[in-house]
Amino acid sequence: MRSLADKFLTSLQVTPLLGVLAVFFLLPIVVILAVSFWDYNEFSLLPDFVWTNYQELFSSPVTYKIYLSTFMFAGLSWLFTLLIGFTVAYYLAFHVHSKLWQTLLFLLCTIPFLTSNLIRMIAWIPVLGRHGLVNSGLQNIGLIDAPLEWLLYSDFAVVLAFVHLYTLFMVVPIFNSMMKIDRSLIEAAVDAGAGGWQVLRQIIIPLCKPGIVIGSIFVITLVMGDFVTVQTMSGGQNASVGVAMNNKRALLQYPAAAADAVVLLVVVLLIVAVLMRVVNVRKEL
Amino acid sequence: MSNARRSPARFLLMAFFIVFVIFLYGPMFAIITLSFQGPDGGLTFPMQGFSLHWFAELFKEQRVGDFKASFSRSLLLATIVMLLTVAISLMAGLAFRKNFKGSAALFYLVVASLIVPSILLTLGIGLLFDRLGLETHWWSSGLGAHLSWTLPFGLLIMFAIFNRFDKAYEEAARDMGASAWQVVRFVIVPIIAPSLIGVGLFGFTLSFDEFARSLLVMGVRNTLPLEIFGMTTTVTTPTLYALGTLTTLVSFLMIGLSLLVIRHLSARRVRLQNAREAGDA
Repeated sequence: MRSLADKFLTSLQVTPLLGVLAVFFLLPIVVILAVSFWDYNEFSLLPDFVWTNYQELFSSPVTYKIYLSTFMFAGLSWLFTLLIGFTVAYYLAFHVHSKLWQTLLFLLCTIPFLTSNLIRMIAWIPVLGRHGLVNSGLQNIGLIDAPLEWLLYSDFAVVLAFVHLYTLFMVVPIFNSMMKIDRSLIEAAVDAGAGGWQVLRQIIIPLCKPGIVIGSIFVITLVMGDFVTVQTMSGGQNASVGVAMNNKRALLQYPAAAADAVVLLVVVLLIVAVLMRVVNVRKEL
Repeated sequence: MSNARRSPARFLLMAFFIVFVIFLYGPMFAIITLSFQGPDGGLTFPMQGFSLHWFAELFKEQRVGDFKASFSRSLLLATIVMLLTVAISLMAGLAFRKNFKGSAALFYLVVASLIVPSILLTLGIGLLFDRLGLETHWWSSGLGAHLSWTLPFGLLIMFAIFNRFDKAYEEAARDMGASAWQVVRFVIVPIIAPSLIGVGLFGFTLSFDEFARSLLVMGVRNTLPLEIFGMTTTVTTPTLYALGTLTTLVSFLMIGLSLLVIRHLSARRVRLQNAREAGDA
């Protein structure tokens, strides 16, 4: 039995966390939910209970187009971050044998995450731009006559930037899962005659499921909710749900933006709920 | 696995890793180099000479927004976020070691705060302050928005720390009559100090570079990422790269400083341990 004083201490310890999340997470979402039912005119918000914001959202073909491109960005980014992240984690976990090198290389992968995302996006300009390194390089060796226009400010650039920014979110949890795998399990499989490919498919990948799911949750939710990467890297050529929401916000159509936000939140939560069914995230931490 | 050491797969993997690292760092090196572009140089290679021209340009306030003020504002905000993230995550991390009532709900609340789209959250915070008739400021709504992002990271790191924590130390201390506070202050905190530095580093850099959870909540005074975003659409000179070089430098300085402190702490622990063993002998 825990004493009263113990319980009091625990509640004291979680109060600051709960307080911050209540004011800066729960309340704002309640406000968005409420405002999504409000009416508005050019000058102000009109407290009300109307479904027009949702009706307009669902009756506009633009909405579906935007969701489609957002899902495309999320799907492609997920696929590439998973493939690259898994390979990098696999190399670090199973092919770097010195503990020191493992830590150093892991740090090397982590450092860019601690720098500015905006700057990391801008950094593609001199590489992919019309007179950038890739175009001038390809022109110099005579592979192309004119600069490739689709390298920057395109869907390609958007996905590239997402992969560049978020692969680390796959590497860390997958690496973590791999380090928990009992090495004698692999030795036993090898002794029993399993090849490298079989070990990978039948032992490592199944045991990495928690890491893969946690990484997927990060990447998919970050891409689904993004607006700055799509806006910057597509150069306004394509949009995501976040971009659309931000445009409505900029036009001061707050209730419409709020309805957008509610629908997006439901979609993201559904995706996460499905992923969480695959793995008990709390138990894995 | 012994034959894996010599297999071609190993070399392929190594090559893949090297390409990945070049992919990670290459673009960054490109803009760092280009930020030293000569006064006549442009946004792309080749370099037209070598100068600090674009850094000087950055400090002329009227040319590119209010860089100095937003820079120091971001530094201050990041420092406050760092301290609060360490303190609040540590407290909550200690609580989460016991299965208290509502711990599952609180855990999911934390995860939700991490995965909720940032643009949605800042829209909500902006509307909340607007409805309450409060002005948004970087030190109120801005600070809260950043904490909603750094605290989940801090807490997840605390979980990882306490999973590896050997409870025998604090049990020994308790057996010897240490109070709950003494156990935390003299046993737990010194042992996990290096990891707490890591939590602080995350808190600082995540806040310093945060754009998505800064929009709409900083009030009239911009933080640096907002200033940078404004520049991406208006500035077409290497000044933009100079700014990138400077912010990256700040992040690198913080990483270096954290690693130094962590090394210092671990060295001190080894020294104390050796001294104690010498004393025992």
